[in-house]
Amino acid sequence: MSLKVENLVVYYCMRRGDCRAVEDVTFEIESGDSVGLVGESGCGKSTVAFAILRMLPEPGEIMSGHIYFDGEDIALLGVEELRNFRWTKIAMVFQGAMNALNPILRVSDQVSEAMLRHDENLTKEEAKDKTRELFKLVGMDPERIDHYPFEFSGGMKQRAMIVMALACDPKFLIADEPTTALDVTVQAQIMELLKRLVKDLGITLMLITHDLSVVAETCNNVIIMYAGKIVETGSVLEIFQKPWHPYAQGLISSIPSIEKSSDQTLASIPGSPPNLLDPPLGCRFHPRCMYAQDLCKVEDPPLLEVSRKHKAACHLASGRIKDDKWSPGKMEVER
Amino acid sequence: MSKSQEPIVSCRGLKKWFSVSAGFFAQLVGGETYLKAVDGVDLDVYPEELYCLAGESGCGKTTTGKLLVGLLKPTGGEVTFVGENLDKVSRRKLRKLRAKMQTIFQDPYSSLNPRLSLYDTIAEPLRLNKIAQDGADEEERVVRALEAVQLVPAADFTFRYPHELSGGQRQRVAIARAIVVNPEFIVADEPVSMLDVSIRSEILNLLEKIRREFHIAYVYVTHDLSVASYIGDRIAIMYLGKIMEKGTIKQVIHGSIHPYSQALISAVPSPDPTISRKRKVLPGEPGSPINTPPGCLFAPRCEFAQDQCRREEPPLEELEPGHWVSCWFPRPPLLLGFDPADALKEKAKA
Repeated sequence: MSLKVENLVVYYCMRRGDCRAVEDVTFEIESGDSVGLVGESGCGKSTVAFAILRMLPEPGEIMSGHIYFDGEDIALLGVEELRNFRWTKIAMVFQGAMNALNPILRVSDQVSEAMLRHDENLTKEEAKDKTRELFKLVGMDPERIDHYPFEFSGGMKQRAMIVMALACDPKFLIADEPTTALDVTVQAQIMELLKRLVKDLGITLMLITHDLSVVAETCNNVIIMYAGKIVETGSVLEIFQKPWHPYAQGLISSIPSIEKSSDQTLASIPGSPPNLLDPPLGCRFHPRCMYAQDLCKVEDPPLLEVSRKHKAACHLASGRIKDDKWSPGKMEVER
Repeated sequence: MSKSQEPIVSCRGLKKWFSVSAGFFAQLVGGETYLKAVDGVDLDVYPEELYCLAGESGCGKTTTGKLLVGLLKPTGGEVTFVGENLDKVSRRKLRKLRAKMQTIFQDPYSSLNPRLSLYDTIAEPLRLNKIAQDGADEEERVVRALEAVQLVPAADFTFRYPHELSGGQRQRVAIARAIVVNPEFIVADEPVSMLDVSIRSEILNLLEKIRREFHIAYVYVTHDLSVASYIGDRIAIMYLGKIMEKGTIKQVIHGSIHPYSQALISAVPSPDPTISRKRKVLPGEPGSPINTPPGCLFAPRCEFAQDQCRREEPPLEELEPGHWVSCWFPRPPLLLGFDPADALKEKAKA
């Protein structure tokens, strides 16, 4: 029951050119795992999720690559097979809980719609009962299933979105920025809920977020993307303590931590991400990388193993180039 | 910052109530209903100090910031800026004082006028306040401001427009516009929350640098306690328009005693996976600031609430020098000191 993405390439083909949103992305998520997919806005993390569910918005297109789920290549599924696959095998919690629910339908109707579509033998009453069960599961009052979304608070809407994703008992859940617009106390509640789903229901979780702290608390493994490519992937414990890729190093050293406060100094990465209509040659990070050398400008570094299950895509990590100032680990900065 | 100095900005009993009466009839019958966005806030901000206002959405932190720079008129209480009561001074005087206090807003995509070049954007406050002596002086001040926010070479930026800039660069322009008039006080309202992580720390470090270089006092409005603990000197935690706890960062973040601050702090996710913090998950969400219950506003969500909390409102009291708490039954301090090695062992066990 693992998900395997191989050499995935997704472009948004527009009149002014192809936006190369996801380029040659390969990763594997094992059953029962919780993986954080992180990166800055525009790095392609949501596009990867939409490609997995074959829900790419126009004009996005999977140009090449494979997405295997249970050995079946999702990228090749026809319309009818897709309908059976989506939501029953992999479901998604969409970004922006505030606006993702239909404001003129009762929440119970929205949840049962998915159930009834996928199971013809189910009656409306049974669907409602199941919705009540799911409400209990996510910690909401089952009496409120017939309410409208506007009667819910932000945190409750996000829970309702999770209920919708769980409607057809999927084994794999993609959560796209599930806590972004929420207050910290509510964010903590949702994170606890997601952790519980992984632990108690054995759901495999792919958490998409720009917030590294959320990943550090919720996930076992992490995939860091930059400008459409994976720059580093491995276990959370290892990557947060000893990142190898200069981008990952900068990113991890740039988050303030409430524990350390005044004695810490935050690193920053100068510049901004490239325009993906015309990405730089070679390593896509080289224009912002303080260690960049000639090789980085011409040759794209492959994602190679640096230690067990820990991969980085950098010529420094693979030893092709050398720089005395670089070493694996967090960045040290003078304030 | 030394306490012997006079505060540059202070407010006493500051209130802002918005009328939310349902309609004509409701007004006739039941009088008016108010949303108490800010309800009795006392603050003192000293020169070159960074004072954080933190809390969940709807706690009144932004409204307090606006009241402090006179962008809103208070319903009650007073704001003094360099010893002058903003409510009592003449309009001319107020105009002069306003030049000394500036604001940086949250969203750099909507706070800059898309039709003005960066030069005009930054020169506008100079012109409005008639600060520059002549064209050459104006130009010099604009260039200096651009250099201070590290948009260099300044000549490359003066005639660009906001749409040509990234989010981080736009926020730099907003900062340049604020510092060009040599203010003594800046209210920064979530200036980094719209920016990407890697840009965020750059702007934070820049704000810090400018504070030291130009001796500016900030009120920094944020919902992010890790950011507050990184750049702040002192902090006030607000809940439904009132201050629950205030003091230095060390007192409030690293030794909070109010149950609400403790819950808020323990909810902040840590970027260090070796730290497995015992988390207190606070149930529910903040109540409505309309028709607030009697007693402590936090009592309905507080696990330690007793009868007294639901009856009487606790006063904001100074429990140790500089550390103020509004709670009948303060908790033992929540210490955020960890030995990462211990935590790692614990995690390995689990």
